[in-house]
Amino acid sequence: MDALTLHRLHFALTATFHYIFPQITMGLALLIVVLKTLALRTGDPLYDSGARFWARIFGVTFALGVVTGIPMEFQFGTNWSRFSRAAGGVIGQTLAMEGVYSFFLESTFLGLLLYGENKLGRIGHWLAAVAVFAGSWLSGFFIIATDAWMQHPVGHRIGPNGEILLDSIAALLTNEWAWWQYAHNMVGAVITGAFLMASIGAFYLLSGRDEAHGRAFVRIGVTAAFAASLLAALTGDGQGKLVAEHQPATLAAMEALFETREGAPMAILGQPDPERRRLDNPFTIPGMLSFATWRRWEAEVKGLDRFPRDQWPDNIPLLYYSFHIMVGLGTIFLAVGALASIQLWRGRLYRSKPLLWVLMLMLPFPLIANTAGWTTAELGRQPWLIYGLMRTADGASMNVSSGNALFSLIGFMGLYLLLGVLYLFLIWREIDHGPRGVHA
Amino acid sequence: MIETLWFVLLAAMLAVYVILDGFDLGAGMVHLFAARTDAERRQVLASIGPVWDGNEVWLLAAGGTLYFAFPDLYASSFSGFYLPLMMVLWLLILRGIAIEFRNHIESPVWTPLWDVVFAGASTLLAVFFGAALGNVIRGVPLDDRREFFLPLWTDFTPGGEVGILDWYTVPVGLLTAAALLLHGALWVQLKTTGPVHDRAAAIANPAAAIAAVLTAAVTVLTFAVQPQLAANLAAHPWGALLPLIAVGGLIGVALLRADERGRFLSSCFYLGGMLSSAAFGLFPNVLPGVGGAASLTVYNAAAPAHGLRIGLFWWIPGVLIAIAYAFFLYGKFSGKVLDPKPDQ
Repeated sequence: MDALTLHRLHFALTATFHYIFPQITMGLALLIVVLKTLALRTGDPLYDSGARFWARIFGVTFALGVVTGIPMEFQFGTNWSRFSRAAGGVIGQTLAMEGVYSFFLESTFLGLLLYGENKLGRIGHWLAAVAVFAGSWLSGFFIIATDAWMQHPVGHRIGPNGEILLDSIAALLTNEWAWWQYAHNMVGAVITGAFLMASIGAFYLLSGRDEAHGRAFVRIGVTAAFAASLLAALTGDGQGKLVAEHQPATLAAMEALFETREGAPMAILGQPDPERRRLDNPFTIPGMLSFATWRRWEAEVKGLDRFPRDQWPDNIPLLYYSFHIMVGLGTIFLAVGALASIQLWRGRLYRSKPLLWVLMLMLPFPLIANTAGWTTAELGRQPWLIYGLMRTADGASMNVSSGNALFSLIGFMGLYLLLGVLYLFLIWREIDHGPRGVHA
Repeated sequence: MIETLWFVLLAAMLAVYVILDGFDLGAGMVHLFAARTDAERRQVLASIGPVWDGNEVWLLAAGGTLYFAFPDLYASSFSGFYLPLMMVLWLLILRGIAIEFRNHIESPVWTPLWDVVFAGASTLLAVFFGAALGNVIRGVPLDDRREFFLPLWTDFTPGGEVGILDWYTVPVGLLTAAALLLHGALWVQLKTTGPVHDRAAAIANPAAAIAAVLTAAVTVLTFAVQPQLAANLAAHPWGALLPLIAVGGLIGVALLRADERGRFLSSCFYLGGMLSSAAFGLFPNVLPGVGGAASLTVYNAAAPAHGLRIGLFWWIPGVLIAIAYAFFLYGKFSGKVLDPKPDQ
C-alpha cells in the first residue's frame, strides 16, 4: 500500500475508535445533568444513585476518550505535516481553543464529579455535573469548527506565495457549516447516550433486577432518544442543504446520481457502480431527491456528470453506503423512539417485553450511525483535504515512509483492540454490579 | 516581537506542564518502591487521582498553541520524530488507563499488573520527554523542505551521527528521569503519611544527589553541542539568572529537609529554572539545524503576525481561567491524602 493510503487509514482508524467514547460521554453528560436535576427537584435518592451509576460509566468512558484523543492532536503533525504546515495557523487556533477552554474545564470538574460529592454538597455537585457537560459540549464545538473549516473554509485569505492565512477567527467560529454540523453531531451523541441508557434500563427490567432504576433509565432514555431522533432529522436536513449548495459533487456521490436530472429520485436501495456510471438494482422514490434538496419536485439536481472525474469523491460506494446506513438507522431510531414513547405515555412500556427487547438491542446501532455519518462527511469531502484549497494527496507527511506508517498503524490496531476488550469488560462489571449502593 | 512573545508563552506552558505532570510521572516512578501494600499504593494514586488529567491537559494545550503559533515547527518536529512520538502516545495511553482502571477491581492479579504498567510507562515517558528535549536542543538535519527523519538510535559516538537516542540525548533523558523522580518523591512525601511518606523521603535524597551530578554533566555537554547557549549568555548576561534559579532550587531541596512544602516548591523552581535556561539557550532557534542545515527560528517558523495577535485575545483569558480552575481544584484536594480509599 502506498504511504498516502496508510496515512488515511491511520487517521480513519484512530478517529473512528476515538469517537466511540466522546459520543457516549457527550450524550451521557446531558443525561447525568438531567438525573442530577431530577434528584435536586424531587429529593428522590433513586436519581442520586442513578446519577452515580452513570457517572461511573462516564468516568471509564471519559478516560478512554482522553487517551485515544491525544493521538488525534499529534497526528496532524506526525502523519499530516504538509497539511499542518499550510493550515496550522488557521485550524491550530480552534484546536488550541479546545485545549484551553474545554479540556481544563472538563478535567477539573470531572474529578469533582467523581470524587467530590461529599466535599461539594448537593448544589455544588450539580454544578460540577453542569460544568462537565459544558466542557464536553464545548470540546465538541471546537472540533466541529475545525472540521467545518476543512469542509467549508471561511475567514482566511491566500497570501502572496499561496499560503493560507487566518483573517478572522470570528468567521471561523460563526461558520454556518459549523453550526449545522455541530447541531447534527450533538443530537447524534444524545441519541447514543439516550439509547445506551434505555438499553441498560431495558436490560434490568428484562432481567427482573434493579427495576426502579430500570424504569427511570428507560423513561429518560426513551424520551431523550425520541426527541433527539426528531432533531437529527431536522438538523440533517439543514446540513444536507449546505452540502447541496457548497459540495454538489459530494451530494451526487452520496446518492450515486451519475446523471444530472430534473425531478431526481432518492435512492432507498441499490449498489453504485462507478465504472458503468449507474446505480444497480435501484429502488427509488421519484422526485424525492429534488424535493428534499430544493423543496421542488421538478428541481434539477446536478449529477456527477457535471464534474471532472478528478473532483469526484474517490470512494463512491463506501460514501453511498455510509450515508444510506446513517439515514436508514436514523429512520429506525425515530420509529423505535416514537413507538416506545407512545407505549410509555400509555403506561405499557415497562410490561411490553418485545419492545424492551428491541430497546436493549438498540445499543450498538447509534454508534454505527454516528460512525457512518462521520464517514459520509469525511469521504464526501474527498478528494479535498480542505475543500477547494488543498487535496488530500498533498497533505500527508512525505518524510514518513509507508513502512513507518504501517508500523504505527499496526501498533494502534493492537493497542486499541486491547483497550476495546478492557472497556467492555469494565463496563459490563459496572452494569452487572448495578446502580444500587457504592463499591470500590 | 509578537513571535518572541509566543515563544515565551509556549515555553512557559511547557514548563507548567513539566512541573505539574512531572510530579505525576515522578509519583509513578516511586510508586512500586515507596508503596508496597494495596492500601499504600492507593495513597499514591489518591495523591494524583483528581489532578493528573488536568495536569496532562497542559501538554495538549501547549501542543495546540505550538500548532497555531509555530505551524512549521509543529509540522517538522512531529513528522521527523515520528517513531518516538508514536511510542510516547502508546505510553501515555497505557499510563492513563493504568491510573483509571487499577482501582476498579480488587484482585491480587489486577492491581499489581496496573501498578507495574503505571510505574513502567511513567519512567519511560520521563526518559523519552528528556531525550526529546535533548533532540530539540542539539538540533536535527533539516533539509531544504524543512523536513527530516531521524533513526531511533545511532552508534553513540560523541560528535558522531545524530539519532533520537545518542550520546547527548540519553544523558538528558536520564537527567530528566532523575529530576522527575525527585519531584515525584517530594510530592508523595508532601501528600502522604506513614510508611509511604517515609520511603518517599528516603528516595528523594539520593535522587537529588543524582540529579545534581547529572545537571552538572549535562550542562557541560550542552555547551559543547549547542554553541548558541554560550553566544546568548555572552550577549545577554542576565540570562545567567535562569540557571541560578535552578541551582537555588536544588540547594533548597538539599537544605529544607524539615519543610515538605518548601522542598517541593524548591523542586518546582529547579525544574522551571532548568527549562527556562534551555529556552534561553535555544533562542531564537526553535529547532536548530545540524550539519550546516538552516535552523527553524522563532521568526521563520511562526504563523503570520495577524493570526498571532488574534490568538492573544482568546489565549490570555482562557489560560487565566485554567489557572483559576487549578487553584480551585488543588485547594479542594489540599493537605494530606486522608482516606486512601476513594469514595467512588
